[in-house]
Amino acid sequence: MISLLRSIGLIFLHMFRKRETIQYPEEKVVLHPRWRGRIVLTRDPDGGERCVGCYLCAAACPVDCISLQATEDENGRRYPAFFRINFSRCIFCGYCEEACPTYAIQLTPDFEMGEYNRQNLVYEKEDLLIDSQGKYPGYNYYKVAGLAAGVKGKGEGANEEPPVDIRSLIP
Amino acid sequence: MVRIYIDQKPYDVKPGKNLLETCLTLGLDLPYFCWHPAMGSVGACRQCAVKVFKDENDRTGRLVMACMEGVRDNMYLSVNDPTAHDFRSQNIEWLMSNHPHDCAVCDEGGSCHLQDMTVMTGHAYRRYRYPKRTYQNQYLGPFLHHEMNRCIQCYRCVRFYKDYAGGKDLDVFAAHNHVYFGREKDGVLENEFSGNLAEVCPTGVFTDKTLREHYTRKWDMTMAPSICQHCSLGCNIIAGERYGALRQITNRFNGAVNGYFICDRGRYGYEFVNDPDRVKQPAVRAENDGGNLFESISSILAEGKMIGIGSPRASLEANFALRRLVGEEHFYQGIPENEARLMSKILSIQLSGHVYTPPLKETEYADVVLVLGEDPTNSAPRLALALRQAVRTKPLEDMAGSNIPLWHDAAVRELIQDDKGALFMAYPVHTKLDELAYGTLHAAPEDIARFGFAIAHYIDSNAPVPESMDAQALESAKHIADLLQKAERPLIVSGTTLFNEDIIQAAYQIGRALEKGEKKAGLSFVMPECNSAGLAMMQAPSLHAAMKAAEGGTFATAVILENDLYRRAARAEVDNFFRAFKNIIVLDHLQNDTTSKATVLIPAATFAEGEGTLVNNELRAQRFFQVFMPKNEHIRESWRWLDEFGQFRLGTMPGDLRELDNLVEELVGAMPQFKGVESAAPSADFRINGQRIPREPHRFSGRTAILANVAVSEPKPPQDTDSPLSFTMEGYRGMPPAPLTPFYWSPGWNSGQSVHKYQSEAGGPLRGGDPGVRLAGEGLFSVNGAPSHIPAAFKRQEQAMALVPLAHIFGSDELSVHSPSVEGRSPRPYIALGSRDAERLQAVEGDILQMRIAGQVFDLPLILKNELPEGLAGLPYNLPSMSGIAWPAQGVLTKTGL
Repeated sequence: MISLLRSIGLIFLHMFRKRETIQYPEEKVVLHPRWRGRIVLTRDPDGGERCVGCYLCAAACPVDCISLQATEDENGRRYPAFFRINFSRCIFCGYCEEACPTYAIQLTPDFEMGEYNRQNLVYEKEDLLIDSQGKYPGYNYYKVAGLAAGVKGKGEGANEEPPVDIRSLIP
Repeated sequence: MVRIYIDQKPYDVKPGKNLLETCLTLGLDLPYFCWHPAMGSVGACRQCAVKVFKDENDRTGRLVMACMEGVRDNMYLSVNDPTAHDFRSQNIEWLMSNHPHDCAVCDEGGSCHLQDMTVMTGHAYRRYRYPKRTYQNQYLGPFLHHEMNRCIQCYRCVRFYKDYAGGKDLDVFAAHNHVYFGREKDGVLENEFSGNLAEVCPTGVFTDKTLREHYTRKWDMTMAPSICQHCSLGCNIIAGERYGALRQITNRFNGAVNGYFICDRGRYGYEFVNDPDRVKQPAVRAENDGGNLFESISSILAEGKMIGIGSPRASLEANFALRRLVGEEHFYQGIPENEARLMSKILSIQLSGHVYTPPLKETEYADVVLVLGEDPTNSAPRLALALRQAVRTKPLEDMAGSNIPLWHDAAVRELIQDDKGALFMAYPVHTKLDELAYGTLHAAPEDIARFGFAIAHYIDSNAPVPESMDAQALESAKHIADLLQKAERPLIVSGTTLFNEDIIQAAYQIGRALEKGEKKAGLSFVMPECNSAGLAMMQAPSLHAAMKAAEGGTFATAVILENDLYRRAARAEVDNFFRAFKNIIVLDHLQNDTTSKATVLIPAATFAEGEGTLVNNELRAQRFFQVFMPKNEHIRESWRWLDEFGQFRLGTMPGDLRELDNLVEELVGAMPQFKGVESAAPSADFRINGQRIPREPHRFSGRTAILANVAVSEPKPPQDTDSPLSFTMEGYRGMPPAPLTPFYWSPGWNSGQSVHKYQSEAGGPLRGGDPGVRLAGEGLFSVNGAPSHIPAAFKRQEQAMALVPLAHIFGSDELSVHSPSVEGRSPRPYIALGSRDAERLQAVEGDILQMRIAGQVFDLPLILKNELPEGLAGLPYNLPSMSGIAWPAQGVLTKTGL
């Protein structure tokens, strides 16, 4: 009997607490920067596409919902000719972001992707590529990679010696 | 067998091997870089360190390189010893100190031996803080991409390119930590086997440039075991597809045929499959335009008599399906009369029982080689690579007493220096193998044949002697005869390249003369195309017989199977032939002159889009499997089309239509000479634990996104009714049978180096035997040995020049020239003359000469080949712009007015 009255009392007190429910969509939810939502492709500090088409995100994807084709520009810089994510399959696990060696693919705190038509959940590169560096500002893969792809010449990268002169006789 | 103890466990192993091979054979994972099963050990990379102990009580031991230490009885060693393990890990750490941060943009990634070995040793974090060394790259031609930063200095590239394949233009430059592997300056890598560098290099220094155009990782490809279509040797290949386009060809190990290497024509000739000029739609070119295709075809097929023209580049099944459709008596081979005669002669020799046709791999062990009228480098490139190894056989045997094991590559090369076994080359012009030859003969085909007859005469005096040969030639023939007689495993290589029957007869005479009871001389014949032997075994009459038969006008329809007749005979002849028919049904992959004549054009599947069986030059029947289901549903195997035509023609019920296995069964039933073809590969209902064999690796990506742009609901994957392979990644993950191995992969071994897991011993045959079945040709050619006719010596004619066809690895093959990379390497049309003929015409190199051959006129620039005998001119064989010459040919040569 006493416990019953105690419960009724507690519930009564809850009426004066702060509300947890928010009035979405009028009121927006606060998400953390590392929240795993809509996937984007970012750009490096020079404005170039970060994605080099290495296929690691596609390989890491447990539902196989990423498909792309790598191609090259005249300088030998790799970029995806197409990049497709089927968000109707995506489980937002973030493995693609973990696998990405160039910080190109990133998950963003945005979940507002609902569609009436499932076909509209297929995102192409135009839908994915954003004009920002995302969570990792300052990183430019081609500055630290060994090959020359129009970003820097051979031996001009971070922590690189100038190219070897193979005709030199100096020991 | 000797007993060794590895980490205290006893193993019985084969003596004479090194520890690395032995460990790999036993299934132990021991990292290595510089060792290669086909090239032996040099101990350059210091990666395969193991610990060897004095005896069972020794606890200290010493580090040795496993590849440089032979197996001894009662040997104690440790692979897992902490010191050895740390040594290997630190070695990798040093190699990685200069290796660039490139994997994401490196084409090797995912099938990289360096990646695999790094993971295997456990090295994960870079401790070295200093700058990385860099190099400038070189342009190496249309086949290979160079990225020298990635090099780990294992020396495999130069060992393959220079020592194994005889290349001259790749070398190692500079010194100490600056060594550089490349050419002296930018330029096209000349060797015909350069593409193998992409597989030989353990990392991404040399990568496939055509793959780069449409780059796909190994794990993303749908792959199937296939057979190369670009010459008669039938090298085994793995073909990979992605997004409906063929992406890459890699070598598929076959211990009896190609081993670890294929030629560049085979590796880069695949792009005809992706050609925009493919025949894509079945089309009826008829008066009643707009008519239903089905009805038009059925009315055409039901009407009148049919003639069928087969093809040496179509599979056995396709040729047989055509033969069944048109009837045995109306089936023709689709090759010129002369070629058909040569082929039947070669078959009768091979099946005569007097000679032995060695598998390609065995030709590497011949101790004396005589090449009569062939240029293997251009007509059967992989054979030339084998002959390069054969010249080392004799010196290797001679050093048997020296106590140096054969795998000890550097020491062996040091010991034998420039010693070479005897190789004789007889061909009208210089060949690349001449540099290895003990003797060469540059003569007209007739004189090469006479030379052969002379050799036969000196071996067996009962054989006739050619008359009026000059003394010097006789002397050298006698010398060769002498060497051939003394040889343990003599080999004679001949073939159809020069279109001369007497040369083949001469080769046979020599083989016959060398026959001693059970011991038979090896005779290897080069044939024109990938299924020439299979077509010839059907024993149908030639194209010219078909032309004769059509003259009467009794046939309403001609069915032409994967064959451009304008490459087989003179244009006027073929035009005339086509005029005899009301309807011409052509099945082919690519648009060509013949397809433009077709009234019904049917798109046929290439080797990548269909299954079939080919018979190679040693009568080995090998199955190639469909790699992918083409997006275009009209592209289907020729045999399937022809079989379905049977519904209209023969009244076959749709339920009785044949699948591949039934067709093969029927083929063997109808032609017992093909007995054995049915066991070339497991049948379509073969399963392991009830599972199919997946064409896709388990890491295949994008399954739910590849077609999502078309429709977000994934379609059902295509079903394969003709083979035990599946088009998906689901299925049996263990070791498939050798003929069904779609790719090489083993846990921890992502690169092609994992092939040793598929072999019964490292470098040995595949588990369960090397694939392919040698046909015995039952019931064929019981009578043989045409009476030998010795031709008269070649004489210069006053009016006309005798012409010899000069084969070219890049250019002479019909399909591979459609690859842009191969096309870029093929020669422009030319005419080759000796210096005397050039003088008489007062022409110098580069002058345009006019050649008139049977009504055709060619304006060709002159190339001087001084070794060509007077009165003989060389023309590149079957270049796209120079086809339709009936060989052997003659022509009138004039200098055009300037």
